Amino acid sequence: METKPLLAVRDLRVSFRVDRRQPGFEAVKGVSFDIPENSTVALVGESGSGKSVTSLAILGLLPPENATVLPGSRILYGGRDLVGLAQDELRELRGRDISMIFQEPMSSLNPVFTVGYQIAEVLRLHLKLSPRRAQARVLELLDEVGIPDPLAKSRAHPFQLSGGQQQRVMIAMAIACNPRLLIADEPTTALDVTIQKQILELLAALQDRHRMSVLFISHDLAVVGEIADRVVVMRSGEIREQGTTDAVFRNPQDAYTRALLQCRPPLEHRPQRLAVIDDFMGSDKPPGAPGERARGLAGNEPIILEVRGLGKSFYSRQGLFGQREFKAVQDVSFKLARGKTLGVVGESGSGKTTVGLTLMRLHQATAGVALFEGRDLLAMPNAEFKAYKRRIQIIFQNPYASLNPRFTVGQILTEPLAIHGIGANDAERGALVRELLARVELPEASYHRYPHEFSGGQRQRIAIARCLTMKPDILICDESVSALDVSVQAQVLNLLQDLQDQFGLSYIFISHDLAVVKYMSDQVMVMNQGEVVEFANSDDIYLRPQHPYTRKLLAAVPRADHRIRAA
Amino acid sequence: MNDAVRHSPGLWALAWRRLRADRVAMVALAIVALYLVSLLLSATGVIARHWDAEVGVSYAPPSFLGAETAAQRDAPRIKVPPAPPAENPRDPLGPLLKRLRAERAAGQGGIDYYGIQDPLAGDITKLRAKLRAEPDAGVAKKRATLPFGADKWGHDIVQKTIKGSETSIVVGLTAAFLATLLGTLFGAISGYYGGWVDDCFNWFYSVFTSVPYLLLILAVAAVLHQKGVLTIVLILGLTGWTGVYRLIRAEYLKHKQREYVLAADAIGASHASRMFRHIFPNVSHVALVQLSILTVAFIKSEVILSFLGFGVPVGVASWGSMLNEAQNELILGKWWQLVAATTAMAVLVTAFSVFTDALRDALDPKLK
Repeated sequence: METKPLLAVRDLRVSFRVDRRQPGFEAVKGVSFDIPENSTVALVGESGSGKSVTSLAILGLLPPENATVLPGSRILYGGRDLVGLAQDELRELRGRDISMIFQEPMSSLNPVFTVGYQIAEVLRLHLKLSPRRAQARVLELLDEVGIPDPLAKSRAHPFQLSGGQQQRVMIAMAIACNPRLLIADEPTTALDVTIQKQILELLAALQDRHRMSVLFISHDLAVVGEIADRVVVMRSGEIREQGTTDAVFRNPQDAYTRALLQCRPPLEHRPQRLAVIDDFMGSDKPPGAPGERARGLAGNEPIILEVRGLGKSFYSRQGLFGQREFKAVQDVSFKLARGKTLGVVGESGSGKTTVGLTLMRLHQATAGVALFEGRDLLAMPNAEFKAYKRRIQIIFQNPYASLNPRFTVGQILTEPLAIHGIGANDAERGALVRELLARVELPEASYHRYPHEFSGGQRQRIAIARCLTMKPDILICDESVSALDVSVQAQVLNLLQDLQDQFGLSYIFISHDLAVVKYMSDQVMVMNQGEVVEFANSDDIYLRPQHPYTRKLLAAVPRADHRIRAA
Repeated sequence: MNDAVRHSPGLWALAWRRLRADRVAMVALAIVALYLVSLLLSATGVIARHWDAEVGVSYAPPSFLGAETAAQRDAPRIKVPPAPPAENPRDPLGPLLKRLRAERAAGQGGIDYYGIQDPLAGDITKLRAKLRAEPDAGVAKKRATLPFGADKWGHDIVQKTIKGSETSIVVGLTAAFLATLLGTLFGAISGYYGGWVDDCFNWFYSVFTSVPYLLLILAVAAVLHQKGVLTIVLILGLTGWTGVYRLIRAEYLKHKQREYVLAADAIGASHASRMFRHIFPNVSHVALVQLSILTVAFIKSEVILSFLGFGVPVGVASWGSMLNEAQNELILGKWWQLVAATTAMAVLVTAFSVFTDALRDALDPKLK
């Protein structure tokens, strides 16, 4: 049955201009797709694919000073072309017919107004409800999006709510006027997996109940597979493939779609190497190396680091002399085997990052010992620890923040060599650095460049190279691939794996992403609220989870073949 | 060029490129450069070396107004009533005054030298006679008008303004540099180390800012007890660091928790290296902008200090001392010194502010 779509995008082209003298850059190059009534369409793509620009163009929210919708583009909604529409007509439409949810709930809510006031504002503006009726409707809405005790919560300010509740409030605001189209721009990316699952279920239920359409924008194919009816795959401003979710996932036609599906580490098995985009694009050889990688400890491996009863508390002032203790990490004990990987997994606030920072002495531990070659790393004086800094290194989450923007790559990589007196002179250090650049597959010309000229994946390689300069024994990877696109993530994971194979490094691999941790780790430690809830070999955790929290986490991992609702 | 040795444009090259695209900023920069060139030339004595030569008549008007006529010059500014006040019949001194007036009218009385002979009387009489014969001998001919007029002593206002700008700009720049240096150093240490170090600096800061600004300046001036350019620089520098301190401290508080600083810690970089090699380049735009804002403020402060009499010593020209003189001249209708000093100052301050604004935009790493 072929009905008229709710919204049709035809040959949409958007151009951005950085400054006056440079020619415009086309971010969206002739995109056409339909959103049928009462269905969920997902726009999937990595950063720079133009998916968010497309959604902003539909709402007419592109910044007018540097973005232009090129002539010939049409966005048809209810017999009208939204491209040429005047601003006040668009504003009338936004919020009432078409509404939007953004990625960061905390920054999309105004921190100085109560939640109830902000929802009521939408109702008063678009539906001209009286304050009393608006208030009643606010409570209804909050109840509908599953917020407990709506009356109390409607009087709360955004910071008093958790991230998941904030996103629920955003959703309540978006559906307040019963819109016919809801645009959700990465609505779950900033949330933990368990919360993500709840929000996805809520969106699916609301879509069904209100018979509205949802345009769901995401970089995560697995999430999309759970919720969408149709999928549109975008890359650098072009549509690579579109079709029903089943067709796209079961039988992808485009090489890029296949690559995206293969790049994510699978939960079920563990290939030697992850497939990367290049394996699919423009090469005929079958992707990935054959064979499975065996993981796990037998029990007789040499131990390089032993941590016993690690604890870290933060204190906040209370009153004049009082202190309030917050236990970020309590009684964490583990043994790290040489050349093996220990995965630490947990949701935000679980203390997993604090464990890494405390071992590096970037935070001062409040309890416990960390034995490295028989010496306690946590108790020795600073001067003595400096020599050990060479041996333990850390790679941070955000490659945009962990490199000093005012240093060239050469300076960044030479600095640790100079500090630790590796290499006799500058020429020798320069040669060492060039060798390392080649090892992490960066061009030699990078030496004189600044970090801002590199992409996220390349920057993370620079950060890895910086650690390698000191030839450490232990490498702590703190969410090191979480900020990267799926395809880049696979490349960096492969690189880390190669380095471990080559140098026999021991990794402490910290991540919220269970699939990545499962792929990388021999042993996995599951943390919740500062405590270790389960610690076992990687495969045991995934196949035979013992603790209920672990089971809950595993159940929440999005899988493309788990539909949240019947199609 | 060989790709392997191609250097990427650094921060400064990028900032310069952005600045050049801003036409208003470039005009402002040209004006500031012009002032700096004139400062260099006057400091080396190429121009305005003889600013204190008395080249014109006292209060010679600007050339475009034309010379004052003798009648204008001699005409009394205030009409004095010619007739003595009517006599008060009850004045107890009445008879005495009447007798004195009568004596003066008769040409008697006057000053009684108590019988002492003036030893120079003869010479003076001769000189007077000579002067009467040839009035201009021995004195350079003073000009009746100058390009922008003259002050009380006949100094050329244009040259005096150039010389004055030398003092003012030097005071403004060095004092601002001193204040920014102190503020940055204190702010860096305080923000970086935190804890009790931070508390100490904060107490110090609070004490400094709790004293009213002008009172503080006057107190320092009174303690230093010496007039001179160096004193003014010290006064302004020692009192002006507070704002910079606060801003830099906040930046350091923010930056010391950034991942790149943690990474520097992880590779074993020392405190000093983290503070000044890693963090400082990333907050230098704040210091730089503060430097230029303070320069503007201190040029104005110098004017105020000189106006209050705590400024440069007598015999040194500065915009402040010029304005100080102008308050008396204005009553006499001699407005040119005031206009020259304020115009020179206003143009520089405006140009500097505009340039500073553009510089901040160009240097802000967020806008990359």
